Amino acid sequence: MIELSHIEKRFGDAVILKDISLSFPEGSVSALVGPSGGGKSTLLRCINLLEQPTAGSVRIGAESVDFAPGRKAPWQSIQKVRSQTGMVFQNFQLFPHRTAIENVMEGLLVVQKWSREKARARAMELLTKVGMEHKADAWPANLSGGQQQRVAIARALAPSPKVLLCDEPTSALDPELSAEVVDVLGTLAKEGTTMVMATHDLRLASQVANLVVFLEAGQVVEIGSAEQVFRNPVHERTRQFVSSINAAQTFSA
Amino acid sequence: MPHWLQLMIDSLPTLLWAGVKFTIPLTLLSFVLGLSLGLVTAVARLFGPWPVSAIARFYVWIIRGTPLLVQLFVIFYGLPSVGILLDAFTAALIGFTLNVGAYTSEIIRAAISSVPKGQWEAAYSTGMNWRQAMRRTILPQASRVSVPPLSNTFISLVKDTSLAAAITVPELFQSAQRIVATTYEPLILYIEAAIIYLALSSILSHLQSRLEFRFARYGGMLEANR
Repeated sequence: MIELSHIEKRFGDAVILKDISLSFPEGSVSALVGPSGGGKSTLLRCINLLEQPTAGSVRIGAESVDFAPGRKAPWQSIQKVRSQTGMVFQNFQLFPHRTAIENVMEGLLVVQKWSREKARARAMELLTKVGMEHKADAWPANLSGGQQQRVAIARALAPSPKVLLCDEPTSALDPELSAEVVDVLGTLAKEGTTMVMATHDLRLASQVANLVVFLEAGQVVEIGSAEQVFRNPVHERTRQFVSSINAAQTFSA
Repeated sequence: MPHWLQLMIDSLPTLLWAGVKFTIPLTLLSFVLGLSLGLVTAVARLFGPWPVSAIARFYVWIIRGTPLLVQLFVIFYGLPSVGILLDAFTAALIGFTLNVGAYTSEIIRAAISSVPKGQWEAAYSTGMNWRQAMRRTILPQASRVSVPPLSNTFISLVKDTSLAAAITVPELFQSAQRIVATTYEPLILYIEAAIIYLALSSILSHLQSRLEFRFARYGGMLEANR
């Protein structure tokens, strides 16, 4: 349902992503893993076009955009692709001047032009789903990181996107708080939400994802089920990386 | 009753009337118009293509680099030579608006830049376009940051309107001058005028704190200091 073809991303002379082609079927949960600077965040941001590829094409459902060097993709088609996605950020990025429920309602009111009552009902439903209904009227500044991230997940889901993108959703949280976020994402995955996440949280990747993509230096090194990539990696480089995070997590557990 | 107090009380209605009729409308109008001009200028500088941002920069450079009094003289006494005749109030309004526009554009530009890039990304990710992101996400947060510096500009403006006396606007300060001309009591009258300006700016300072308090409800600076 999501198709990335021959994605290339350069900043000046630096090549961040090299000819990446991947497809994510509907209902799948994929984790982009790999060392920092390997391109996983950039690739994720290429899906909703917060980062525009230098070349290649991005297709989500029926909407697609092609990129080529020296040519600007039309704003309308970028909007169309982006509107198929919801995004969760590492630092939550809730709107600080709006309450929890207003954050969730914002896109429905401004973009979808829903009525206030309808938007409020939908937002309440989503806040309940992420276990935040009791904090609906709280300001983001008065919520814990885990609570903010759960509100952010509800906000991303509000317009019923085809895919939920998560950029390091647990990296700014301590293990306890990240557990509540992993739980919420796990529930969404069981319900069939299509998700792509960039993460180096092994717990998140192994508990939630069914497809793991290992990226390094802007290239896909290995791709397979979570079981396969984490337990029996084919490539030596993947083995090294997995054992290093395994060691770190065994020690902390 | 001492003579000085009697004089102050007698002249108070005249001075207050000049304030109500000229100082206050001039201040409010030029602040509102100047703030709009400042917003347009700031957006032009931050997001405009180069000719637009160059024009914005040129405008700020000229206005900030020349004395306000000279600008008022150019508009009121100078422009008639090229056939543009303005009444004193209009000339003052144009002068102060241009001035406020230039100074506030820098405040607004800084305030917009102070909103983290992630907020733009969050707004875009919820499907907003540039205009919606600006209006719903960026400007509300920028407004909060810009309340103290904009209040500075506003308070300076109240006092600067006294310069309009020099281009024949019969505002508060000029009516004090007129009374001095007949009573020969400059100390008493000018102190009285100063007290009225002080009262006006105190009202504005109070409004500033109310506004800051309102913005503080969503957490942040004010609460952190408590």
